[in-house]
Formats: sequence, C-alpha cells, structure tokens
Amino acid sequence: MANFFNDNEDIQFLFEHMNLAEVAAAQEDNFTRTAGAGNEYAPCDAADAIDNYRRIMTIVGDVAGNHIAPRAEEVDLEGNTLNEDGTVRLSEGVAKNLKVLAQADLMGFTLPREYGGLNCPNLIYTMAIEIISRADASLMNLFGLQGVAETIYAFASDEIKKEYLPKFAVDGSTGAMALTEPDAGSDLQAVGLRAWQDTDGQWRLTGVKRFITNGCGDILLTLARSEPEIKDGRGLSLFLCERGPRIRVRHLEHKLGIHGSPTCELVYDDTPAKLIGERQRGLITYVMSLMNGARVGIAGQSLGIAEAAYRVARQYAHTRKQFGMAIERLPAVAELLVDMKVAIEAARALTYETSRICDLENNNLRVMEFNKPTDPEELKERRANSRTWKRLNGMLTPMSKYYASEMSVRVTNEALQVLGGSGYMTDYPVERYLRDARITTIYEGTSQLQVVAAVRGVCSGAFEKYVIDFEQINYDNPELQSLKQQLVEGRELVLKGIAFIKQQGAEYMDLAGRKLVDAAILVLVGHLFLQQAVANERKARVAHRFINVNMPTLRRDIELVCSGDVSATQQFDTIAGPPPSGF
Amino acid sequence: MAYHSIVCVKQVPDTANITGQAMKDDGTVNRAALPTVFNPEDLNALEAALELRARFGGTVTVLTMGPLNACEVLRECLYRGADRAILINDRRAAGSDTLATSYILSQAVKKIGEYDFVFCGRQAIDGDTAQVGPQMAEKLGIHQITYFEQIVDLDGKTARLRRNVGNGWEVLQARLPVLLTVIDTANEPRPSGARKIMRYKRARVVDEVAKDVTAGMPEAGEKAQMEERTRRVEALKADGLLMEHWTMDDLQADMAWCGVSGSPTKVHRIQSIVLKKEGFSEIPPTEEGVKRMIHELIVDHTLG
Repeated sequence: MANFFNDNEDIQFLFEHMNLAEVAAAQEDNFTRTAGAGNEYAPCDAADAIDNYRRIMTIVGDVAGNHIAPRAEEVDLEGNTLNEDGTVRLSEGVAKNLKVLAQADLMGFTLPREYGGLNCPNLIYTMAIEIISRADASLMNLFGLQGVAETIYAFASDEIKKEYLPKFAVDGSTGAMALTEPDAGSDLQAVGLRAWQDTDGQWRLTGVKRFITNGCGDILLTLARSEPEIKDGRGLSLFLCERGPRIRVRHLEHKLGIHGSPTCELVYDDTPAKLIGERQRGLITYVMSLMNGARVGIAGQSLGIAEAAYRVARQYAHTRKQFGMAIERLPAVAELLVDMKVAIEAARALTYETSRICDLENNNLRVMEFNKPTDPEELKERRANSRTWKRLNGMLTPMSKYYASEMSVRVTNEALQVLGGSGYMTDYPVERYLRDARITTIYEGTSQLQVVAAVRGVCSGAFEKYVIDFEQINYDNPELQSLKQQLVEGRELVLKGIAFIKQQGAEYMDLAGRKLVDAAILVLVGHLFLQQAVANERKARVAHRFINVNMPTLRRDIELVCSGDVSATQQFDTIAGPPPSGF
Repeated sequence: MAYHSIVCVKQVPDTANITGQAMKDDGTVNRAALPTVFNPEDLNALEAALELRARFGGTVTVLTMGPLNACEVLRECLYRGADRAILINDRRAAGSDTLATSYILSQAVKKIGEYDFVFCGRQAIDGDTAQVGPQMAEKLGIHQITYFEQIVDLDGKTARLRRNVGNGWEVLQARLPVLLTVIDTANEPRPSGARKIMRYKRARVVDEVAKDVTAGMPEAGEKAQMEERTRRVEALKADGLLMEHWTMDDLQADMAWCGVSGSPTKVHRIQSIVLKKEGFSEIPPTEEGVKRMIHELIVDHTLG
C-alpha cells in the first residue's frame, strides 16, 4: 500500500522539526475550547493535536497513493465534457476522487469543527495540497479550492455560514471563485459583471466570467460590480450563488495540462445571489485575502508535481544502464538529480515556513476579531505581532508562489531530460508533469506579478528585519557558522541592491525586481536550511551545496541590479523592432 | 426499509511484507513476528455493509475474534463508519481452527440477535481457506452467497444478488437473513474518515483500559489502579467510546467446540519450496519460435 505521506522523508522531517506545537496552540486557542458542536473530536493538548495531524496526513497519503494516483493518467487522457444543456460531466476518475476525498472527511480541512471541518492549520493543509498534487495535480484545483469555504467563514453572515459551510465539509460540495473575465485577468479592478437588485431587493448577477476553475462546481463566489458609478476596485462586491439553470457553462477550455480540472466560461443570466459581507469590499478586502491563501496553495501544488517528477527521474536514472553503468553515476545526470532534489527541498522550506507564519497571523487576527484580550499588555503584543506578521506574509506569500512554481517548471523539465527520449514519450508520466507544472507560474498571479508584490516587501524592511533575526543564531558547528557568514555577506549585498533601486524610482524597481527578489530568497532559504542542518547531517550537506552553488548567482544578480541598466525599457522599440506583421 | 448488518473482520499478518521468522516449527503462522493489517477482503465486506446502510438505512455492527491487539481493526471499522464494534477475546478460544472459529462467531451473531445480512471477506490472507463464512452460514441455518459483488434488488424479505463466478457472473435470489462472502472486485473500500479518526482513536475495550492503567501507573496499589480503571471506563462509556468485549461465557459457548479441543485441523506436513531461477531461453519472434515454445510448455505440463 503506497502512502505519499509516510514515504516522503523530507515532509516527515519537517513535520517533526517545525514547531507544530506552537502552530497547534494558536489554532486551538491554547486548548481552552471544550464545549460546543463538533468538539467531541477536539484535541486536549499539543501532543494530541499533533497526533491528529499525523493521522490526518496518513489518510491523505493513503488516499493520494492508493486512490488518486492510479487514476491520474486516465483523468489526463479523458478530461471533462461539456453537456449541451450547459452543465459539465466530470471524468469518471475525477468524480471518484471527489467522492473518496469526501469520504475521508478532507473537504473541510481548515474549517472549524462546528461546521464539520477538521480545524487544521494552514501548514498541515499545505502539506496535504502537496501530497494530493503529487498524485494528480489537476485534482488539487478542486481540493485546493477550500479557500472558497474559508472566505465564507471569514466574511459572510452567520446565516450563510450555517447554511453553506457544512455543505463543503460534510456533503462534499465543491466551490469556485469566479473572478476573471475576458477583459479582467491580472487586472481585476476591470471586472464588469453586473450585480443589481430587483424590485424585491434580491441581488442578481448578469454577465460573463472566463477561465473559472471548477466553474461547474456547486457553490460559486462571484466578484461583481454592484456600484456601476464606481469604476475601480471599490465598486466591486462579492456574491454567493449556487449552481442552477441560471448559470450556464458556455465553453470548457482545452488546456496544455491539468486536464482533470474543468476550466469554464460562465454565463450569468440574472442569477439570484447573496451578498458576502459588505458592499464594495469584494475585491479590496475579501478577494485579496482569498488570493493570499490560494497563492500558498499553488506553491504546494508546484512542490507536489516536482516531487512526482523527481521520483520518476531518480528511479529511471537508477535502473537505466548506458555505457555499462546506471546513468545516475554519470556526472552530468548526477548533478541534474542533486540540483532537482535540493531545489524541491528549498522551495518546500520556504513554502512551509510561509504557511507557518500565515497560521500565526491568521489565528492572531481571529483572536483580535472574536475574542479581543482585555489585558493591555497582551493586546499590545498581539497588535505588534499582527503588524510584523502581516508585513512578513506580504513578502513571503508571493515569494513562495513565485519560487516554488518556477522551481516546478524547471524540475519537471529536467526530469524529462533525465529520461531522454523516453521522457518525451507519453509512456512515462513525466511529460504530463511538465504540462501540469506549466500553469503554476501563470495562474493566481503570474510570476511577474508575484515579483512586483515581493519586491515591495524586500524594499520595505521586512526582509532585513526577518534575516537579522536569523543572523542572531549561533551555530556550534563551525561549518554551519561559516556558511552563515556567507549569508551575512549575501544580506549585505541585497541591502546594497535595495539602496540602489530606491534611488532609481518605481519603474526601475519593477525592472530589476526579479533579480533582487531572487537574491533575497537565496538568503532566506539559506537560513532555513541552516536551521534544518542542526538536526540532520544530510541537511548540512544540502545547506552546504545550496549556499555554495547559489552565492555566485546572488553576487551576479546584485551586480546586475546595481548596473542601472534600463535598455529593456528605454531601448525597447529599437531592440525589439516593429511588431511582426502577417502573424 | 432499513437493514441491519453484521460484518466479520480479522486482523491478519501482513503477508505482503514478510519479515523475520514467518512460520513456527509446527507449520502455523508466527503472528508475533509479523506486522498486522486489516484483512483486505474484510475491508470489501465492511464497504459493502456501509454502502447498504447509505442506500437503505440501518446499522453496521462489526465483530472480530482475536487477541487484544485485534481492537486495532475494530477501531479501523469505527474510523470508516461502523456503528458498533465487538471484540471476542478469550484464552479458551486460542488455537481455534475454521470449524471452532465459525462456531464461536455464529454464537456471537445469535447473541446480537436482530440482523438481515452477515458480511464476511471471501478469505483471509493468512490461512486462505475461505471456510469460516460458509461454515457460519451452515451453523446459523441461513442462506449463503459466496463471491458476492453487488446487490441487484432488495424488497425487505428477499435479496437478489450478483456473484462472480470467475468467467462471468450470476444473479441469485435469497431469503433474508443471508450471509455473503465478499470479493475484492465488489467495491473500492473507503479510506478512514478524518473526523471519525480523531473521535474514535480513543475507543477501547475494558481490558485495554486495564493494560493502559497498569502501564501508566505501575507504582500505584491495586486499589488505586482499580479506581482509575473504573473512572476511565465510565468516562469512555459516557462518550460512547467503550467497545464491547465478549468472552465464551457471554456467548454461552460449548467449550468442546472451542479452541484447540474444538479444532480437528492438524498440519500434516510442511514443505519449504524455494523457487530457483535457472537461466533463460530466448524465443525468436517468429511463427516457428512461438510454435516451439508452446510445444515445450505442453511437454513439461505448464500448458494442457
């Protein structure tokens, strides 16, 4: 029996060594909640909660390895079908997968127990997303849409919560977030779908949404313009509506990968809808919050696909013999494999750390909102933490999404390279992994947009404060201490780059942003690896390789940042020439 | 109309992961040396009962006979949605062969009383006899349908059921109650439910509580241990987490039919067969090559 949790040494290592007790205490309000619905399965202390997490992850690993993965190839080949009446027939494998996820109680992963949820922290959810994605990346798009339920929980009225949340957690309903439109992709402020009230005061939605993942799902959160006179994001509100004859799927997209995930074009025909929270806060508050969670989810998905690809590549390289030896012993192949492995662990370290800090931030916000402390000292501390974590997450979330997704595309591509001609054939799953990975740098905000968000965090002081804390750690092991010195140099170089960029203005920040963010991530991940290395000798070797291989890249990146080169924008017309004709 | 089901399950050595000394000198399985698992086809039996309940309503009671460790499979059943779990555990039942086991289990089924279906896995992967289910049906005096795959129709008194006959299937009609032995093509057993696992991981039988108390407070006197034990048992009962534990006395079993004395099966001879690979021959991919291979296979009785 395959188990994608138990067989993954790095996830096991992180499960043991990340401070889950602290995360669990925040999630469970220090285990003070005893009464109330659903609490017959509440944990009584940190050890109990961690035991629950381990058991839940073991189920996830079982479901992924024994139920989902064996169907992945068939799901990819079959895809979903659009019926003539504007409904969608899911491929048999997808339907079975959703059923088994619901049977395993995994569709209300982070929701509170009172609604039938598991009340798991985001960190555990991210691990689950990674493991599901390793089995079938396209299923993550349905499993990972639990942010829809989280958004309802965070912002909707009690009445809506009571009606809809158990549908997700207990009945296995699926959701969708209907945001983008033909003319509003990355720029959601341009959303035009109309929300209006009929004579009975009932909200109705009219218009078209495009590229909606699982738009054929049961419960849709739709961003719509409720204030026609306000043209920007402040005129948008968020609405809930259910699948029915007044929402029609007009088109199913034909995609490069993630074939199991139905990507829908939706037509709203005066669809009745319920307002979530307050008018005008749809984009600026609710969707922004939802997007942050979704971005960490995509980072988890990216990790899972890369892990799957690496495993096939390693297995192949271990058994495939050429020139009288296993090809993993050929230096060029060995280096490919080692770099893939280190890259996955690097992105995992950053993504899980981001999830951990998200948990601290979200739980702190929840306490401040529903259970504000009366002790002025505690209140002060919570407010200060809130500010710190918000700034930190504003930087770490886009960094994780960017770093993990770019890693996934690179690693799946290299895995295909390791398999050579066989990898290019559909006989092996690696070409599917590459196709599936390719979307991760695009949706939920492209890499370019993540960099724009991350570079502001890097330049605002969040990076420096975070890294200086790491630098206070003294390592007994002289090797680790000397690696840390390299990272100190790295941080100084990044600060030099920041100072230079700040003199050049906003456009230059966008132009040089990617290099600066790359350099900052290397320093951060280097520190995370050093912390892991204390507990594990193999991780010391990983840290060593990661830092030594990447420091020259960091120096080069900062040199380029500080060169002030603006030829890409200033000489665009000259170098790019006129747009091609006859295309 | 709701139906009441009883599912017989067994904890078995994991024969897919043989380690150490798997067999004792007398040719019986050395259970102590092997990791244990839920017998695979018993999961199909449980799934069939749970699906029946989901469609028509009713209850699912699971039954296992075995050592205290077998409570693990009972908890596994609760994680998947069983309503009631019963352990049959008694030193006098040790060493039971299929005849004695089927007698004890059928006594337990009689004690449960009201039931419409008994589901068993077709066979257990340790003994591979496939005898316990059929023998139980005989002792209970009810119909049995082996190699069950699917319910075709149910009207409260009779069931039409599809069974797999190897190269096809047949549909049979049986009066209720009926005993079914379920094969692995019947369904896809569900995974454990996360909510249920968090709740039922604490489920125990009384003897397990006693063991926990002894291990947890070895210094305490007998009286203190007894008090603690009673306190824990009462707490479990209040939370619906106390699993039932039946002995031969509870079943009013005739001891002549139980354990070693009730088991006529004796291992006659054990043969250790080590399969050796002796070279290989290459068959040319031609009409002639294939003909020659088939001829060789017929000569050495692999075919025909």
